[in-house]
Amino acid sequence: MAKDTSYDAVMDRRAEIMSRALGLNYDEFIISDIAFDYEGMMAKAGYSLEEVRQIQSESGVGNTPLLELRNITDLARKTSKRGFGARILIKDEAANPSGSFKDRRASVSIHHAKKLGYPGVLAATSGNYGAAVASQAAMKNLGCIIVQEVFDSRHVGQPEIIEKSRKCEAYGAEVVQLTVGPELFYVSLILLEETGYFNASLYSPFGISGVETLGYELVEQIRARYDKDPAYIVVTHAGGGNVTGTARGALKAGAKNSTIIGASVDLSGLHMASDNDFNKKSFTTGHTGFGVPFATWPDRTDVPKNAARPLRYLDRYVTVTQGEVFYVTEALAQVEGMERGPAGNTSLAAAIALARELPEDEIVVVQETEYTGAGKHPWAQLDFAKQNGIAVKRGAPKENKPGKTIVIPQNFSQITATEMDLNRMRRSYIRNALERNKVKNVTEEDIRFLAEDTKTDADFVTSVIRDLGVRL
Amino acid sequence: MSEKCKKDDWVEIHYVVLEARERTGDIPEDTRKVPLECWIKGWAEKEGTVGEEVTIRTPANRYVKGTLTRINPEYTHTFGPCASELSAIGQELRATLKEGK
Repeated sequence: MAKDTSYDAVMDRRAEIMSRALGLNYDEFIISDIAFDYEGMMAKAGYSLEEVRQIQSESGVGNTPLLELRNITDLARKTSKRGFGARILIKDEAANPSGSFKDRRASVSIHHAKKLGYPGVLAATSGNYGAAVASQAAMKNLGCIIVQEVFDSRHVGQPEIIEKSRKCEAYGAEVVQLTVGPELFYVSLILLEETGYFNASLYSPFGISGVETLGYELVEQIRARYDKDPAYIVVTHAGGGNVTGTARGALKAGAKNSTIIGASVDLSGLHMASDNDFNKKSFTTGHTGFGVPFATWPDRTDVPKNAARPLRYLDRYVTVTQGEVFYVTEALAQVEGMERGPAGNTSLAAAIALARELPEDEIVVVQETEYTGAGKHPWAQLDFAKQNGIAVKRGAPKENKPGKTIVIPQNFSQITATEMDLNRMRRSYIRNALERNKVKNVTEEDIRFLAEDTKTDADFVTSVIRDLGVRL
Repeated sequence: MSEKCKKDDWVEIHYVVLEARERTGDIPEDTRKVPLECWIKGWAEKEGTVGEEVTIRTPANRYVKGTLTRINPEYTHTFGPCASELSAIGQELRATLKEGK
């Protein structure tokens, strides 16, 4: 008999569908309504760093070049006080097979799916991860379905996402293109149940362990060349896997004193699930529309417990404007000879501002670049913005208004990074953990877990819980 | 005359996944007012006409029914026209690099 595929019926079956599609029993890691054994989950489901490196080397992933941006560093120094302006390095992740760091994430998931005998893999993503999964699946001769949110109700598609559709199809994947809405997850569940495919989730321990090699490699490369650790590691932040994996890898390399800084494009005021707002943004990833919600409540994903937990690792979180990222993308091409995709340059825009805080002998490393192409290019994205009624002009970046105006800086000195209040985000996360799990009494185990999950301590967590009026 | 596809032509189909009234309540009002729609490409199982229902076999070997929308669909995204707001940046930065601090 055919299964009931109504929305409510499928969502009621989500736990069993996901369990089958990941081959992972999350229940064994649960400690309480709030707490779970995060490191136990990573160890049980993930692979060791050495194993991951082996898996990735077999599929041409990783060992990407680390490049010194001499001219951009020079420009940063010219716009800093005397003796300041750290050396800016960039990890050229566009050199991966499908053109982004997401190949690292996909490589482990697809290896695992093949090992467990799944007939194919599915990923729900509108970003570079889809291309990465499709590319890795092609190498392993596995079926592949990519579910994307592409269009608004007028059937107008984001050029950046349409380019991803093309790339996924180029690798032989089936691409399911949807209009805006969180029911993307519902569609994915139906397809996982129908096909018996592996859920190559962005948020599984497999995917996150794949990104650890990025953090590890960049520390290794910097030590080999400069005999020191980077002062700042600047990571583009959206769903949190980039921050989590890179930070974990850097820590495994022993870089305990490197500051982990997340960077997102400021898209405040735009709702990511809004049909009207969908095409009012020029960036479809690396922005606050994902960065803030996923930091303050990571377990909103297609797995029971998200392995990407950015607040565990972030020391700072900054934002840049759309206009600044477009400016920096042009700068990277024009003065460094590297034409790369705009979204991947979010962390570079932030790094330029952050480098000014540090003396010249320090190192700031930008941990990714991404490929560029039709649709994924400043010209295409600015043209699309204009078609959607957004004014584009040169001026002061502070005049940027997401969904209304994109302001390209008039000069290099105008590139700034705006500090986000991490403690406020930590408080939001703790509140979400209590409210969404309907917790009335908090245990010592919960406090310990929340302190680890927010990179704080028991006193901080306890004070937040008291403010919320929950019993200890 | 409507365009026709032959069996095994590469085509695109469209169908409605959820009508507006069936959508989850946990979304913005503007999104809740419109259906959740889907487009998929694959090979036509038999000949059909644009605007009529056809079945396709997808690259993942699934058989899916929907309204035929395009035959041999092309991608139309481009690099876009020159963004004049960016065109001077390279020259400006090179000039700055030549200056002393």
